[in-house]
Amino acid sequence: MNNLLKNITKNIPAVSLGVLLLAAGPLSSQTSDPNSAATTTNQKPAKVKAVHATQPRDGQQVFAQNCERCHNAPQGFSPSISGTVVKHMRVRANLSKEDEQALMRFFNP
Amino acid sequence: MSYLTPLRNIRLSHRSAIALLSMGALCLASALVAQDVPLISGAGSFTTNTTGGNTSYQPALTPVLVAPVGQHLLFESRAYIVDSINPQPHTGYDTQFHVGVAYAQADYFLNSHVTLVGGFSLIPFGTYNERLSPIWINPLQDAPLIYGIGNPGSGSGTGGQIRGNIVSNENYSITYATYFSAGSTDFQINSSRSTGGQVELYLPKARLEIGTSYGRLLEHDKMNAIGTHVWWEPANIPLKLRSEYAHGPHSQGYWVETDYRLSQFHGENSAIGRLEPIFRIQQTFRNSPDNNDELPAQNTQRVDFGLDYHLPHEVRMNTSYARQFSSSGNVNIWETALIYRFLFPTWKGKK
Repeated sequence: MNNLLKNITKNIPAVSLGVLLLAAGPLSSQTSDPNSAATTTNQKPAKVKAVHATQPRDGQQVFAQNCERCHNAPQGFSPSISGTVVKHMRVRANLSKEDEQALMRFFNP
Repeated sequence: MSYLTPLRNIRLSHRSAIALLSMGALCLASALVAQDVPLISGAGSFTTNTTGGNTSYQPALTPVLVAPVGQHLLFESRAYIVDSINPQPHTGYDTQFHVGVAYAQADYFLNSHVTLVGGFSLIPFGTYNERLSPIWINPLQDAPLIYGIGNPGSGSGTGGQIRGNIVSNENYSITYATYFSAGSTDFQINSSRSTGGQVELYLPKARLEIGTSYGRLLEHDKMNAIGTHVWWEPANIPLKLRSEYAHGPHSQGYWVETDYRLSQFHGENSAIGRLEPIFRIQQTFRNSPDNNDELPAQNTQRVDFGLDYHLPHEVRMNTSYARQFSSSGNVNIWETALIYRFLFPTWKGKK
């Protein structure tokens, strides 16, 4: 078991590179398209009514306070990765589940 | 010190190649059934650095892969592919090619307040390592001089983290991150045996963040490092004020940085609104010699003047001039960077 773990940890960089290479395989012609993005800096989506009963967070506010604290907003990205972006930000910005959901509603009103 | 500090060379052995393909395929298969499409992000960049008259060039690719599996599991990794080119008198150019990994980790969302992290992860000490080290985020190229305090070795740890959000509401939020890293001398996942964590209080109405970090090196020398940071972003003007102080066993120091995007002049997409001046001042103080903390050997003061220009299509141009003062000699540092940030799905999704 220890050897297995040792081998796995030893090959983490190689594994990550493999994931990158393999993940790039099925790349379609789809690329980041600001026009079809979920949101842009200048095109804030309309706020949506929250579905939570207890004081739902404003997704735009969550975005401004947590994401933009460190970096500018991307000029746009595909709606298909909005959930992935939000999960990534949940880890990086230590967001709660509620903030994650608010951010998701902001990206996909 | 540049953002390239954590780089480690990679040599793929036969065994590594097999593991690479098998585990890559496993992760890909898992990602295929995920609800959300994995993404590839990161940046391509070309940077120049002239320190004391010596110039170097660094084309680099910094890809980030993020692959969710279901609603609770996330795989993510950031790599570096860099070529350092140093002109040599009479002999042309000396080049060094590096491939490295900043982090490769799995995240498990246990509940609303707890996320478990395992793998090779950035150490949560201070603010630079986790937040500002990506070149497409940091408005200045160089890491702060005190970066080495609390971030031993590569700045990444091999082990686990428990992190999350204690409370978050309209008035305040408190976040935390704790970690334990096993020592590893493997050049691919070099890390020190250490533990520590940080806690942050954020006041949304004041847009003020105060945090503190602690790290303890558990190698043959047991050493503590502490740090604190204050970030403030006024609500009505695009100004950012960041500051950090760190104290190690043999040195201490601080940095204060402010940048102001001129977007109030005809909008952020105007010719002037795309400009972002940056100023940073930092000081380090040496208490006793230490070859491992990566801080200057003598007391050092440094000022950075930067001017970034945000071009359309996620392209940014950074320029900066710094003057560094120390008893070992004063030096000018000129830097430029052309950065293209990308973000796209790995394949076409259903959404």
